[in-house]
Amino acid sequence: MLTKRIVPCLDIKNGRTVKGVNFVDLRDAGDPVVLAKQYADLGADELVFLDIAATLENRRTMHDMVLKVAEQVNIPFTVGGGISSVEDVDDLLHCGADKVSINSSAVKRPELINELSQKFGSQCVVVAIDAKQVDGEWLVHLAGGTIPTEIRLFDWAKEVEKRGAGEILFTSMNHDGTKAGFANEALAHLSDLVNIPIIASGGAGTIQHFVDTFKEGKADAALAASVFHFGEIPILELKEELKNKGIPVRI
Amino acid sequence: MKLSIVNYGAGNIKSIQFAFKRLGVEAVLSNNPDEIIASDKVIFPGVGEASSAMKMLKESGLYQLIPTLKQPVLGICLGMQLMCNHTEEGDTKGLGIFNTEVKRFSNKVKVPQMGWNTISNLKSDLFKDIKDNEFMYLVHSYYAENCDESIATSNYELEYASALENDNFYGVQFHPEKSGKAGEKILKNFIEL
Repeated sequence: MLTKRIVPCLDIKNGRTVKGVNFVDLRDAGDPVVLAKQYADLGADELVFLDIAATLENRRTMHDMVLKVAEQVNIPFTVGGGISSVEDVDDLLHCGADKVSINSSAVKRPELINELSQKFGSQCVVVAIDAKQVDGEWLVHLAGGTIPTEIRLFDWAKEVEKRGAGEILFTSMNHDGTKAGFANEALAHLSDLVNIPIIASGGAGTIQHFVDTFKEGKADAALAASVFHFGEIPILELKEELKNKGIPVRI
Repeated sequence: MKLSIVNYGAGNIKSIQFAFKRLGVEAVLSNNPDEIIASDKVIFPGVGEASSAMKMLKESGLYQLIPTLKQPVLGICLGMQLMCNHTEEGDTKGLGIFNTEVKRFSNKVKVPQMGWNTISNLKSDLFKDIKDNEFMYLVHSYYAENCDESIATSNYELEYASALENDNFYGVQFHPEKSGKAGEKILKNFIEL
């Protein structure tokens, strides 16, 4: 049986993790490669690296990091941040990334999704969607959720699927950072609407939130950052609890 | 121990190369028939769309070579699918090494299947010391129909062949190079065949 995935997300700037990570017994908690290995050993199913600076000068540092992660880590990982062309993706996949995630660049030029899925296959194209519920309407936001658009979340999700996205990473800006749970109603609607996997993001605070997003939100995977980085939710404990609640996980 | 990875332009071969490096084996990327023939073991990778991958394989001139190889050959993911008789993806004729058809999952399930699923009914030295129901990482929209050559099966919408074996040819639908320690063990078993 296909299992639900637990996905820690690491924010990267200049080849280092940011936001702080507070693992015990780590030589260098700022080194994404050390952290990635640790997460793989602790039972994470996949990893996401988000280049939050994503400037031109950072790109080479990011390539070096991707190469090192691919060299040392034996679980799949996705790289996102500042990706806007077929060449960008070609470079990252050549460095050993399994998937890439695109966000604003896909909104600005939706054909990019078609180009990527035709050249590399849908399986490596994750479309990240940041959306905020404004007056009852879920609207897509750009640039890390700072710039609102007129595009409706559910229309956009249908479109990215049609254009060849292999997966949707949906972050609710209303829930992100609140630690009050995922946007399960919107997630469940997304899951019914499209036939590609949905990764839930934004709002993880407790183990129960993960149970809820898999059951009520019908999510295929759940992504979180700080609850994992600061050891608030140990991954193994989380997975055992999910298993107890009848949710299929890899243990 | 000489290990070649067939380099015909399809797929993320870096990860496979790195996985073998972690096992202490230097895998050579090659599109040179003589070099491939002289290898002890051959990896036939593949990611992406079947008809374009097959086109690249034909253009590389390696299309005829693969089925004639005598040493152990391991097809991974799309590589395995191309070794079957035929795939529905792009209505593509395969290499005919495995006597089975590759079909698309229906829309009753999410397509692609993406993530960790179990492998069962293990029947090969490739799976030495691998326990039944071990988890492997899979990403695919098409599956090989269960057949006599199945050496592992998985369930997603239906039971399908997640690994195949015919003489010196092996194929796995999952990505051993991305499937943690158990995946690395399968690669080690392949080296030791």
